[in-house]
Amino acid sequence: MSNRLENANPVIFQRSGERLLTASEEDEDVHDPIDEREIFDILQSINDPEHPLSLEELNVVEQVRVKVDDPGNTVGIEFTPTIPHCSMATLIGLSIKVKLLRSLPDRFKIDVHITPGSHASEDAVNKQLADKERVAAALENSSLLEVVNQCLSTRNI
Amino acid sequence: MKEGLSLVQRLSAHPDSRCWFVSWSPNGTLLASCGGDKTIRIWSQEGDSWICKSILEDGHQRTVRKVAWSPCGNYLASASFDATTCIWKKTNDGFENLTVLEGHENEVKCVAWAPSGNLLATCSRDKSVWVWEVDEEDEYECVTVVNSHTQDVKHVVWHPTQELLASASYDNNICIYKEDDDDWECRATLEGHTSTVWSLSFDGTGKKLASCSDDRTVKIWKDFSPEDGQGDLSWKCVCTLSGYHGRTIYDVSWCHLTGALATACGDDAVRVFKEDETADPEQPVFSLAAQVAKAHDQDVNCVTWNPKEAGLLASCSDNGEIAIWRFQEEN
Repeated sequence: MSNRLENANPVIFQRSGERLLTASEEDEDVHDPIDEREIFDILQSINDPEHPLSLEELNVVEQVRVKVDDPGNTVGIEFTPTIPHCSMATLIGLSIKVKLLRSLPDRFKIDVHITPGSHASEDAVNKQLADKERVAAALENSSLLEVVNQCLSTRNI
Repeated sequence: MKEGLSLVQRLSAHPDSRCWFVSWSPNGTLLASCGGDKTIRIWSQEGDSWICKSILEDGHQRTVRKVAWSPCGNYLASASFDATTCIWKKTNDGFENLTVLEGHENEVKCVAWAPSGNLLATCSRDKSVWVWEVDEEDEYECVTVVNSHTQDVKHVVWHPTQELLASASYDNNICIYKEDDDDWECRATLEGHTSTVWSLSFDGTGKKLASCSDDRTVKIWKDFSPEDGQGDLSWKCVCTLSGYHGRTIYDVSWCHLTGALATACGDDAVRVFKEDETADPEQPVFSLAAQVAKAHDQDVNCVTWNPKEAGLLASCSDNGEIAIWRFQEEN
């Protein structure tokens, strides 16, 4: 891997604050439907593969680009690579997908796409991320799995 | 009697992992399954229940993606993400690992045995299709490597009566291969799907081919090739089933006994379609005869009709389960 960063001076965005819990959410007996904020909470701390920054700080993931249909069991994420020729786009998309697969109940169908118009190879990347056979085989590759796990490990801030 | 699909039995086949594929033995009495736990399991019926008779372990280092029975029923071939294909031989109390076929550069996605029993086809993410010959001494030799696809090849299937091979790919196309002077070559490319073609199934006569895709449609293709068998083949799409499937269709199976078409879908449903008998055979019409919306709790990866018992259908899912169904036709 070359020592030159692809995007040496990324724009950094402010992190959103802690979410305030409502009375209904505190009540153990009420089933909490999974909502956009909860998905975003899961995603916001994913690390960028190149910089010591989170995907939220780089605006790669935004809550407004999360779509959840809890009764319909679908979650849709659009992520925005920082530059249109980002070669890490597939890896970032894979990390997002894996984080959600590990965090959400099995009933959810998870769709991860590049924000339309934000990447030169968006169709090719989207197709790979949508192919669960390709994703499953990739995750059996131990070196790739290690890189993904590094993106998903919690940093000490 | 009302038409429909009813559940016979649900099996927790591959605990804590995906079940990718199920395949009935040629005499219909055994069911082989394989999955993300790197094993193959053999199921048979004892009384009213299906139970696990053997577990084939230590054959592969990664996911076993598909399994295929030889036409005689004495051998099983398994295709794995570890880039190899294993050949297993049936013994008195199970199966033994006979040989390992190597050569593909990465994951083997499918293996299929020709009806003659002498040929085997495999395909891989390395974009190639390999044809292997097996001799009387159980020796396997690769006779052709064909590179007709531009992407990952997902599935290969043999014609039921002719020495003809079909393959389905991530490049959205289907290729049909014929042998010429010991070399297999692509003689027809079927274009039409707008995304990955996941699976293929010939009808009982081999004159029609069904394909299913990530584009959420099933296409029916008909053979219009010249009678003399010379030159290129010609297959045309004569029917497209769209609007029925909510997500990627991972598998399609055409019953050679009844003509019913079953599909396995990423929306967790199993569907059965029947051909309308009154329609023009050049422009077939299929209608939905039965569906189970929540056949499994997760994606359905495979459906397969029992080759001897009409109406018996097996399916398997990402949740590691196998389900056995009975399709009841209208009386």
